[in-house]
Amino acid sequence: MPRTLFDRIWDAHRVASLPGGADLIAIDRVFLHERTGAAALARMAETGRTLRDPARVFAVMDHIVDTRPGRGDGTLMPGGEGFITETRAACRAAGITLFDVNDRDQGIVHVISPEQGIVLPGVTLVAPDSHTCTQGAFGALAWGIGSSEAEHAMVTGTLRMERPCAMRVTFAGALPPGVTAKDMILALIAAQGAGGGAGHVVEFAGEAVRGLDMEARMTLCNMATEFSAVTGLIAPDERTFAYLAGRPHAPADFADPYWRTLASDADAVFDSEIVIDASGLAPMVSWGTSPEHTIPVTARVPDGPQRAHDYIGLAPGTPLAGTPLDAAFIGSCTNSRIADLRRAAAILKGRRIAPAIRKALVVPGSMAVRRQAEAEGLDKVFEAAGFEWRMSGCSLCFYAGGEGFPAGSRVISSTNRNFEGRQGPGIRTHIASPETVAASALAGAIADPRDYPA
Amino acid sequence: MSAFPQPLVARAAPLLRDNVDTDTIIPSREMRSTGRTGLADGLFAPWRYVGADTRRENPDFVLNDPAYRGAAIIAAGRNFGCGSSREHAVWALAEYGVKAIVAESFAPIFRNNCIRNFLLPVVLERTAVEAIAGREVTVDLAARSIACEGIAYAFAIEDEAQQMLLHGLDAIDLTLQHRADIDAWTAADRTARPWVYDLPARTQESVTP
Repeated sequence: MPRTLFDRIWDAHRVASLPGGADLIAIDRVFLHERTGAAALARMAETGRTLRDPARVFAVMDHIVDTRPGRGDGTLMPGGEGFITETRAACRAAGITLFDVNDRDQGIVHVISPEQGIVLPGVTLVAPDSHTCTQGAFGALAWGIGSSEAEHAMVTGTLRMERPCAMRVTFAGALPPGVTAKDMILALIAAQGAGGGAGHVVEFAGEAVRGLDMEARMTLCNMATEFSAVTGLIAPDERTFAYLAGRPHAPADFADPYWRTLASDADAVFDSEIVIDASGLAPMVSWGTSPEHTIPVTARVPDGPQRAHDYIGLAPGTPLAGTPLDAAFIGSCTNSRIADLRRAAAILKGRRIAPAIRKALVVPGSMAVRRQAEAEGLDKVFEAAGFEWRMSGCSLCFYAGGEGFPAGSRVISSTNRNFEGRQGPGIRTHIASPETVAASALAGAIADPRDYPA
Repeated sequence: MSAFPQPLVARAAPLLRDNVDTDTIIPSREMRSTGRTGLADGLFAPWRYVGADTRRENPDFVLNDPAYRGAAIIAAGRNFGCGSSREHAVWALAEYGVKAIVAESFAPIFRNNCIRNFLLPVVLERTAVEAIAGREVTVDLAARSIACEGIAYAFAIEDEAQQMLLHGLDAIDLTLQHRADIDAWTAADRTARPWVYDLPARTQESVTP
């Protein structure tokens, strides 16, 4: 019987079928961070349970670490240091590999996992973080869970799960210039709604997906959680294997024929299919307070929930382009990798952000990304344009009570969530690609990146 | 942690919005310690209080209405609990006293977190959610039914989740009964996919900046 890639990975990891209808699924990798991982480790210690295989559990400090150069355990978030010190102590006690605050390989969990070759095609990987779906870009089944489920995975090496349905989203045709993976996923969520992927594992396929580099594939899979999908994934190909080969935790090569079996059969049947014409897509920007409130940058704000219009301060019919901005942010597990920074820097090179922009940050996704960017001189481009150049971390993708944007700011952001208050109380967020953030920062207002050629 | 109070009789607080996210249920700034307690005060802080740094109640928010203060049931729209995986959202709801959420749909991670903490997620059609919102209902988990003003609304929930909530079963304890299966699977997989298991220890060189 023909099978999807999801079927293959699920079936290969099914340890048992449980009486209540769920399956017991083996988990190959667990990745923790200091914000939610410490709670899982603390409960395990309280109950006297132990990790089944600490060598396959990893942890990183990324969520609330300071991103200013010269950082230590101190953080602007009140009480934040406790998350760092408690996580460090718990990782040491449990024998977990920790990428600590000043480790040369520190970075956002979903950026460093591929850099280290911890995620591999065909593995199951879970983390108490909703954007774990990012790692599906490597053909892994990778998804976000809660702290209790993380504890379950660490203690038993498994999770109890009902088998999800399979969906295929095909991006047919080639992307036009200036349109990116971020615009693809935003267009999907705008068309289908923030609940459109509920109950499904989504495989992204089609010519436009095949044409994406690994960084862009991660951007595409990253927002599967904003689509309410269990996760997203992309079948591995030679580009995937070339990226991973020889990384510290990955095989030296992918010559074994096994790796080429990780794909959906040509005649596999999906429970649900969506086809999008990639050649007709445009740069997308959110106008409201859910990722489904997203339109092409050239469009006018549609009729939406009154609450969303009130919070964001844009009435139906208003052109989105030209909306004045106060701040700009480039970073997050969505768009903070070297390819993202190169594309944003190409637009900013030799230019200066508008005086109206009171705060502009570039936060690289990992220290390795930061070093690479500096080797290419991108840091100087960002600083000359008026952006601050930071150490890596999640930073202002969300507001944790420490560093924030100026009160009342309207922010153009390469992040994944435009919820009310996500980047701070009263802060209004517009999510977009790094190119759109760069162009908009130059204009001081929401702008079309195609008007700012590199 | 107690199991689901069967049957649950309470008024359903109406919060008929779509895409209520976990950042709103418990903002990151309200997660002040690594523990699972002390979160109820920050529940729905952006909507429940006036201003970010005060605890002055917003009279327009449903849980500040004397009729719904301390509500055990919340009636909501579609995609409830979307966003961050933070289990703190469920811990905050549970500590506040919420025992069941009736919604048009749930985000998947939030729904799992509910079950692990014995908080019942019920999916009903929009018209049914609207019909029970603001009214006293009886939730019978054993019968998978919600009764309101003489009308019974059937709901679906997996057998396993139903039994876990009714009997307060611990998922890890249940799974550890399959230890032999897990050991056998792992032994075979170790041969088939050695790269999953054979991992290098990180060197001191790699951890210093």
